[in-house]
Amino acid sequence: MKLSYFPGCTLKNHARNFEDSTLYAMDRLGVEAVELDRWNCCGTVYSLSADDLMRQVAPIRNLLRTRERGDSQLMTGCSMCFNTLKRANHRARASEEDLARMNDFMYDEPVDYAGDVDVLHVLEVVRDQIGFDAIRERVVKPLEGLRVACYYGCMLVRPNEAAIDDAENPRVLEDLITVLGGEPVDYSHKTECCGAHQTVDKPEIIADKTYEILGAAKAQGADTVAVSCPLCAFNLDHRQEATLKIHSDFHTMPVVYFSQLMAIALGGSESVLRLDLHHTPPGPLLTGKGLL
Amino acid sequence: MTVFVSRDKINSGFTSKVQRLADQNLMACYQCGKCSAGCPMAAYMDVPPNQMIRLAQLGMEDELLDSEAIWLCVSCMTCNMRCPKGVRIAELIESMRQIKLRARQDHLQAEKISKADLRAIPPIALIGSMRKFTS
Repeated sequence: MKLSYFPGCTLKNHARNFEDSTLYAMDRLGVEAVELDRWNCCGTVYSLSADDLMRQVAPIRNLLRTRERGDSQLMTGCSMCFNTLKRANHRARASEEDLARMNDFMYDEPVDYAGDVDVLHVLEVVRDQIGFDAIRERVVKPLEGLRVACYYGCMLVRPNEAAIDDAENPRVLEDLITVLGGEPVDYSHKTECCGAHQTVDKPEIIADKTYEILGAAKAQGADTVAVSCPLCAFNLDHRQEATLKIHSDFHTMPVVYFSQLMAIALGGSESVLRLDLHHTPPGPLLTGKGLL
Repeated sequence: MTVFVSRDKINSGFTSKVQRLADQNLMACYQCGKCSAGCPMAAYMDVPPNQMIRLAQLGMEDELLDSEAIWLCVSCMTCNMRCPKGVRIAELIESMRQIKLRARQDHLQAEKISKADLRAIPPIALIGSMRKFTS
């Protein structure tokens, strides 16, 4: 199966560990992710103003690039890209008038966008197109004894028009971890916001959030937290240094992408995990569990 | 916080401007407080979300536009999902930020971000904060 693929900016630098492991896992599962030739920034955050259609043009252009390839589905791993692309698409589909105006802004495009591309998150492809049964058959190194707290944050589950699962109690990541042989941990903070872009201006707030979220996971016996957003990953992993300075009773904890756990279980070598990009090293935990 | 309600403020046009920018009906809010109860940033806000809505209903422009709270909201959408009246509170708060930004009153000075931070912080966060905090 071939799928058009949108990486987004952060997967090409700070989150190479997310991209490399995702592409490896997809390949092992028979999905060829074909990167768009000429993608541009998704816009990062969805524009909420009623009159701000100009800001919807960047995400929609990526959907036009998908159409140019003759494809009607665009897959992305980054939760923020996914959310912004999907909501812009929803807005285009919801109002013919808005869509016409967006197309007017894109006068340089040879073809108008018709709202005919579906935006998919990697987890949707995993659950709905590949299927958990097919994944189970491919697992060569089960994540035995690894207790994983799955963290969805905001972008996979809110708002309704972008949600891939239930907003208050999503299960897709837990189901995936179970299929990979790991042990999902039930905890209170899996959809609580990490503080997002406040990390630039107010890292001390992020430190509090990291303390709360990782603390809740730890209290339920989690070994690690699995994420699907490079901003959540930065806040929960790299801001652990600031967290320790403010909260002396904080226990550091490795944070990984769900795709890295997939890559391990599907037989990937350490090179696709790019563990050098983590702040709190997952190496000792994974080695201790016999997974490296 | 003590606020003085006046007919002038209520009729100032601020309420309708916010509603128009957000495409939301502010008057639907009946102050259940669910938005503030679930807000991950409420603990840091000088004006919690339910009070922001009440102030906006009363045309309290200065109290809202000078607050720190409008910049603390990260549009996580928890309030929107839980509002029993279907009010999209995040859109209303964004409209208040937009009123400031469209008057070129930025909240973040991007040039003051250190070189070390520019290297360490991923683009997703830098662009996100510039989109939310600068005009």
